[in-house]
Amino acid sequence: MNRSPYITDAPTVSVIMLKVLIALVPGIIAYLWVYGAGVLVSLSLATITALVTEAAILKIRQRPIAPSLADLSAVVTAWLLALALPPLAPWWLVVVGTFFAIAIAKQLYGGLGYNPFNPAMVGYAVLLISFPVIMTKWPAPLTLADAPLNALDQVKLIFSNSLPAGVQLDAVTSATPLDYLKTQLMLKHEVTDIAQAPIFGQFGATGGEIVTGSYLLGGLYLMQQRIISWHLPTAFIGALAFISLIFNIIDPAHFANPAFHLMSGATMLCAFFIITDPVSGPTTPRGKLYFAAGVAVLTYLIRVYGGYPDGVAFAVLIMNMCVPLIDAYTQPRVFGHKH
Amino acid sequence: MNSIIQFASKLMKGLTSDHASSGNASDVYKFHGGVHPDGHKHESTTRPISQLAIPETLTLPLRQHVGYIPKIKVNIGDYVLKGEMIAEAEGTVSAAIHAPTSGTIAAIDEAVIPHPSGLPDMCVTITPDGKDQWKPLTPIDWKNTALDELITSLRSSGIVGLGGATFPTHIKLRKDGASAIHTLIINAAECEPYITCDDMLMRERADEIIKGVEIAQHLLGAAKVMIGIEDNKPDATNAMTSASQVLANATVKTVPTLYPSGDARRLIHLLLGVEVPHHKRSTEVGIQVFNVATVLAIYRYFTFGEPSVSRVVTVTGNVETPQNFEVLLGTPMPFLIAAAGGAKTDTTHFVMGGPMMGFDLPSIDVPVTKAANCIIAASPSLFAPPPPAMPCIRCTRCADACPVNLQPQELYWFAKSDNLEKARDYHLFDCIECGCCTYVCPSNIPLVQYYRYAKSEIIAADKAQEAADLARERNDFRLARIEREKLERAQKHAERAAGAKNDSAKAEKTDKERPASSTEADDAKKAAIAAAIERAKALKLAASQTNATKTSSEENLEPALTENKPEPSAPISDEQAKKDKQALIAAAIERAKAQKLAAAQAGVAPKNTDNLSPKVKAKITEIETIRAKVKQMVENKDTD
Repeated sequence: MNRSPYITDAPTVSVIMLKVLIALVPGIIAYLWVYGAGVLVSLSLATITALVTEAAILKIRQRPIAPSLADLSAVVTAWLLALALPPLAPWWLVVVGTFFAIAIAKQLYGGLGYNPFNPAMVGYAVLLISFPVIMTKWPAPLTLADAPLNALDQVKLIFSNSLPAGVQLDAVTSATPLDYLKTQLMLKHEVTDIAQAPIFGQFGATGGEIVTGSYLLGGLYLMQQRIISWHLPTAFIGALAFISLIFNIIDPAHFANPAFHLMSGATMLCAFFIITDPVSGPTTPRGKLYFAAGVAVLTYLIRVYGGYPDGVAFAVLIMNMCVPLIDAYTQPRVFGHKH
Repeated sequence: MNSIIQFASKLMKGLTSDHASSGNASDVYKFHGGVHPDGHKHESTTRPISQLAIPETLTLPLRQHVGYIPKIKVNIGDYVLKGEMIAEAEGTVSAAIHAPTSGTIAAIDEAVIPHPSGLPDMCVTITPDGKDQWKPLTPIDWKNTALDELITSLRSSGIVGLGGATFPTHIKLRKDGASAIHTLIINAAECEPYITCDDMLMRERADEIIKGVEIAQHLLGAAKVMIGIEDNKPDATNAMTSASQVLANATVKTVPTLYPSGDARRLIHLLLGVEVPHHKRSTEVGIQVFNVATVLAIYRYFTFGEPSVSRVVTVTGNVETPQNFEVLLGTPMPFLIAAAGGAKTDTTHFVMGGPMMGFDLPSIDVPVTKAANCIIAASPSLFAPPPPAMPCIRCTRCADACPVNLQPQELYWFAKSDNLEKARDYHLFDCIECGCCTYVCPSNIPLVQYYRYAKSEIIAADKAQEAADLARERNDFRLARIEREKLERAQKHAERAAGAKNDSAKAEKTDKERPASSTEADDAKKAAIAAAIERAKALKLAASQTNATKTSSEENLEPALTENKPEPSAPISDEQAKKDKQALIAAAIERAKAQKLAAAQAGVAPKNTDNLSPKVKAKITEIETIRAKVKQMVENKDTD
């Protein structure tokens, strides 16, 4: 019987997913430092919800449960979603979003390997459309908040929506720089003036840019480990930098510079962790470049002209729809075939 | 845009490359993909090639090469000398088989051969006399002999590609309208793990190999020779480099240790930067590739007149003392394994070839053939059984590893969903089945198996289509013939009618006669039909009566009784007919028995063609021969 090759050498899917989780750790540590312990609650909630949902649906689908839970893909989805949500979002928001991501976006399409859309982004988009107010209420970084909450207060806020006596929600939250920029531009202020606000840091948001930088670090680790190829992050960052540079050169008063766009919002998380989801992304090298560039352009357009401060989730989902087309038209040249 | 992408790709690959170890191979071209499995070469390279003794029997499968099965030239009981031809190449793509030692032909029978199918095939068994006496050998003065003669002579040498492909060598030297060969490439890459037979040959017999290269170069008229060796064989490279000094236009080049650099098209690309177009053979672009062991065999044939009777085989893996042996073709595997100290106790099976492309031997009781470059004793610790397959996550590691630059994840998807046409569109048939994709798959999906399956399905479907087309063509032809005959008949009738007009009396007579006779026949027919209807009616009536009785007293009556109940007149006659029929059948059976007995006594097997005329019988035999030939051709096409 011909069942060669007899030898293999590949990290298992579990190892790949585990490395993605490891790569997220620097970002999580930065998050803790900037926004406090609340993020750990979100991460735990999302993880538990994801695993329980996955197990329940597999049970209904009469599929083996253990191998699917052990592949850690549900945990990756849970962490990505939790990190994309506002850090002090109420507990049910995390649970609903994660449930939707796993049950609808992943399992109903056939589970790992079959979902056409990025599950975390589907969960995020559903929450953003359903609960826009909560979804845009970001806590101020601890250093900037009028009344920084300690860990216990954060947990209380997440689970019972209660704040310590005398503290108003406004004292805890603030607009994100992307949000602030958008509203201020509408009020006819100029970018240079807007950027003087304290929430703006060196490049992006105060604190936020540390988180973003940590994601970049984790992303480089993934590239070094050959878990992700260079195509997607490079094309995404390059295209976003390029388009923002063009607009910035044309009209610096109304369009923020590339550094701001790269270091705010979900840019780095998107570049290294979200668009690199292999299942819902393209597979050809050239297709990856087009896909990532498409996400970058859409992200920029939604940020600048769209109705939402950040455009990553919708940009990714729109581009997910284009994946079969991209793959079909970017087949690489096979050895011995002419162009 | 593409140039920017290519530049970026090169830049990033340079930054993140882990292939940095393959340093001295900078002057070669690179191909996409490839993998770095553990070499496991050192186990079998610590001992020199050892000459294996003559076993008690040698079993030579007639099918040891790609192409037609050769024609047996010996009979049971014949005495043959070493090197004597026992089967002659038949047809263009075929190779002769020779006696590996002197002895007696003990059997010509089917036996299991080393093939993944595990199916038995025709073999010649020799009982050696132990003298190992050569037939008178005639060296060939290749420098002063016409090329055509040399190539024809090679046809009877039995030499085939010894790298494992076993393509008859003389075919590769034939110039059938192909463009002139400018470069001869000697494939010494030996990229599969565990296999070291070429490595050891180069270390020990570099001079002879180079002399073989010289002959092959002469036969091809190739101006340039390039010898490609993977950089994990420095001893072989040194030996070959110094031996090749005698040749004017030969270069020994090291190529990076990267599986599958030993694939002919990959090696051509590595050495020359030429991508042989997918629909062409390398000879069509002026390049021919020979394995080192093959050119060595060519040298021995021309210099000493020795045909292909032995080869070097690596015995490794789970054996006590892994080593290379020069083995007589036909040697039983157990004899060979025993020479390597025997297989360890936890050995589960044996693999022929390397771990990337080899196959499970259907049984260890098979002989060594020209294709046997390596035998690996396998154990669970050596070749771990693959864990259960997980879903494909489209990580594209397979695409990154594919040396043909295919998209294995897409091919897998198409093969799995039986979307075979789509798989063909995505160049399934460019897949060389090297196994790189499976090697790197994190989900443990046996990707190559899917492609092998898809290919066989497509080939089968194509064949069925071809057969259907042929059948349709034949049917069309038949219909056309019938139509033509009808027309011809009508024409004849018309002619006859025209002739009849001239003789009206005769015509009248026939006209009268004909309707009369036809009416008579019609009447008889009608009567018969009426009688049949009557009979049927009576039967129906009887049946309804029976049913009535049955329903009225169902509980009391046995069904058998009901059936045997006496019936009115019509059924009685029916029963009579039944009895008559039975009697007739019994008589026929008796006759058949008698015939059979007579035939058995006469020693002739009964055939349903016995009563046919000799002419028809001859026709049947002719058709059967054609059928057998077509079948043979189709089979040969499969193995190509």
